[in-house]
Amino acid sequence: MSDTVSLRLNDQPVRIQVAPDRTLLWVLRTDLGLTGTKYGCGIVQCGACTVLVDNRAVRSCSVDMKSVDGKDVTTIEGLAKGGKLHPLQEAFIAHDALQCGFCTPGMVLTAYDFLQKHPNPKREEVIAGMNDNLCRCGAHTRIVDAILAAASVMKGGTAS
Amino acid sequence: MSNDPTPVREPLSANLEPDMHPPTRREFLKRFGTGLMVWAVFGPATGAQESEAARPATVRPRQTNDFNSFLHIDENGHVTCFTGKIEMGQGIITSLPQMLAEDLDVPIDDVEIVMGDTALCPFDGGTFGSMSTRSFGLLFRAAATEARGVLMELAAAALQVPVAQLTTQQGAVVDANDPSRKIAYGQLTKGKKIERHLTVKPSLKAPEQFKIIGKPMLRRDSRDKVTGRAKFSGDLRLPGMLYARVLRAPAHGAVLKNVDTSAAQQIEGIIVVRKADLVAVLHVLPDVAEEAIEKIHAEFEPSASRLDDKTIYEHLEQSKLQPKVAAHGGDIEAGRALAVRRYDQTYHNPYVAHAAMETHAALANVEKDKATIWASTQTPFPAREEIARTLGLPISSVRVITPFLGGGFGGKGFNLQAVEAARLSKETGRPVQVMWTREEEFFNDTFRPAAVVKIQSGLDGAGRIAFWDYEVLFAGDRGAAQLYDLPHHRTSVVGTFQGPPGIHPFSVGAWRAPGSSTNAFARESHIDQLASMAGADPIEFRLGQLKDPRLIRVLKAAAEHWAWKPGKGPSGRGLGVACGSDAGSYVAAIAEVEVDAKEGKIAVKRVLCAQEMGLVINPAGAKIQMEGCITMGMGYALTEEIHFKNGALQDTNFDTYALPRFSWLPKIETVILEADHTPPQGGGEPAIIVMGAVLANALYDATGIRMLELPMTPARVKAALAAKA
Repeated sequence: MSDTVSLRLNDQPVRIQVAPDRTLLWVLRTDLGLTGTKYGCGIVQCGACTVLVDNRAVRSCSVDMKSVDGKDVTTIEGLAKGGKLHPLQEAFIAHDALQCGFCTPGMVLTAYDFLQKHPNPKREEVIAGMNDNLCRCGAHTRIVDAILAAASVMKGGTAS
Repeated sequence: MSNDPTPVREPLSANLEPDMHPPTRREFLKRFGTGLMVWAVFGPATGAQESEAARPATVRPRQTNDFNSFLHIDENGHVTCFTGKIEMGQGIITSLPQMLAEDLDVPIDDVEIVMGDTALCPFDGGTFGSMSTRSFGLLFRAAATEARGVLMELAAAALQVPVAQLTTQQGAVVDANDPSRKIAYGQLTKGKKIERHLTVKPSLKAPEQFKIIGKPMLRRDSRDKVTGRAKFSGDLRLPGMLYARVLRAPAHGAVLKNVDTSAAQQIEGIIVVRKADLVAVLHVLPDVAEEAIEKIHAEFEPSASRLDDKTIYEHLEQSKLQPKVAAHGGDIEAGRALAVRRYDQTYHNPYVAHAAMETHAALANVEKDKATIWASTQTPFPAREEIARTLGLPISSVRVITPFLGGGFGGKGFNLQAVEAARLSKETGRPVQVMWTREEEFFNDTFRPAAVVKIQSGLDGAGRIAFWDYEVLFAGDRGAAQLYDLPHHRTSVVGTFQGPPGIHPFSVGAWRAPGSSTNAFARESHIDQLASMAGADPIEFRLGQLKDPRLIRVLKAAAEHWAWKPGKGPSGRGLGVACGSDAGSYVAAIAEVEVDAKEGKIAVKRVLCAQEMGLVINPAGAKIQMEGCITMGMGYALTEEIHFKNGALQDTNFDTYALPRFSWLPKIETVILEADHTPPQGGGEPAIIVMGAVLANALYDATGIRMLELPMTPARVKAALAAKA
């Protein structure tokens, strides 16, 4: 059974005919061709599938399409605006805050949400805020450094 | 954003028109037409050796290697290098071009690297064993040096000056006497067809001449990875493709009795494939295939296995396999007689999962007489052979392309998912993608083997180790041989890290530094206890019985950077030490822990790791690998183990299988010791081997309890504390 779901996806209006109980993760990755959102566990344990729904980090493996009807969805592909990377993306590059890069989209978008709530974070707060995202390569310390540096840039400071 | 399906990632060199044959030199020549081509082969000419011992038998090449490395300079001066190695996060996408750019004297941005494509790259047995830089990189350097020599000769003729008067910089040959006279590499090769095959070992640049090697470089793939552009195998799309879900048994050893797929077949668009050993459902949407697989009713004969994670060690110890002596020195019985105090112990390591964040994935397009497979694999060439055999196609008709891997750690050397995708594509006549669920990933994993190490030892009257009789069962001999300078010792090995088949209830295989972390845990725990019995500081005790200057150096460096104050364990400070050697590198670590006695929880406060790995190509990349090893290593030390019973796994996702997290993070310090005149050694594995022992030793120093089994879970720590009290 198909329904029309309307949403803003990466700043573009999208109308899609889709079974309303289908999972956002798979609709993004297949119907919409946005494969930057990754499958890691399917049970809200790893964070690789994190996207922003109305600017809040959400695990897309646990969200169905009807719940994003009328919402604003941002995937990793939509974070850079007009060819300019977001400070978090710049900081992840500058700090080598990744190895295989599979968890990276989820890390960046989780950090995006975190920094909205904690524009001036302490290191321990970053650690607590990122704790439900898994990385197997062990890039954790660099991810924390990158988030702290991005926070500084976003406040108008300079990257450290 | 676009609603178009994501295009399949083009091969890095889209201007090439790859045919389906395994590349031979003649075909490469035909393909490239003009330019400068240099071929290099492992062997005496380059000083590079691929260690046979380091690679699993299944991925040893079955064909003679025409060449292993290949470099091309086109008439625009653009450099392309080709390697069958793959990028899985370890960073050779940066360090290999860095080596080539150094010896060729070109800007690194002008160097393109094509990896893991069996139609474009020379044969390679696989990416494992920390071999890429230490062995393969030398080939790139040699090829680059040869190419540079050719370019100098061409320039000497063009500029009418002797070669000795020429130098190279930034992709051009320059007259040293008149730097305004220079000629770009591209101009020199324009319209020419020059082929060189390395026969004489070229003299590589000396470390004093390095401009690019040894300089920290950021990863070259980060931009694509932070924007979602980087394509992994599961991200690739082809027109008309199907997504498959494969029926799995509930337990290893369970055999399918009967299967009813009628309910699944009711779902619109579902295609069912039923073969004796392969039952799958396919659909144009992966989530619908998922829904269909759940509607299959299947009955299995239960597994005959009666083992579980408690009884496995007894089972392993009762194997009838004869130990083989891997190393020995002195007279073990004479040593035994010299011991005034004995310390004998047995150490246990459980099965541990690879748990790469990317599950195994492959996209296969099998046509009438050829097949193309994009796969997350550490072994694209062996995968090609296996797929060709399965499909009944000649090897030359199968092409395996390797996109980025989302982690490997030794777990992506077997290519079941690629074979499944290929078989299903052949059956359906359409492109098929198989991307395992996390549960399938655990079920099909080739775990780090459960293993037992038994050590008999004793101290002599002077508090030195009188003898050391070491036996490792089923972890393999990597890292088992004695590091210390002991008068009477013996190292015996039963089985390997791969079995033999039948000994384990499921598949096992290489797990980052196979065998080494198990051996280092046992050896360094045991040494630590002997130090304590001798009333000695653990670092001084080790140094007093070491002769290997590289090991002494890393141990001293670790102590110095830590600001170590000697003390006899258990000192209550919660400080541990461990050292080891792996992949040609030397490593020493010191850690500090805090123990919550009520909860049994170990908090790691600080880890310092000193490593000497020969010449370091990219110090930034090497440091990241060490940090990764330290962080990943905390997992097998503290929480990671596979629980199972009668062939069925009880840990199948991250809800119960606990990986290291941000909240575990200690302060991590890495010390890289300069050794520019030693050839590059492995950097991606050594630091992980010490993590079990360094944390066990820190726990002992904090509490006086000696953990003989990993992981040191809160339950085990609590039980040990209670037993001590």
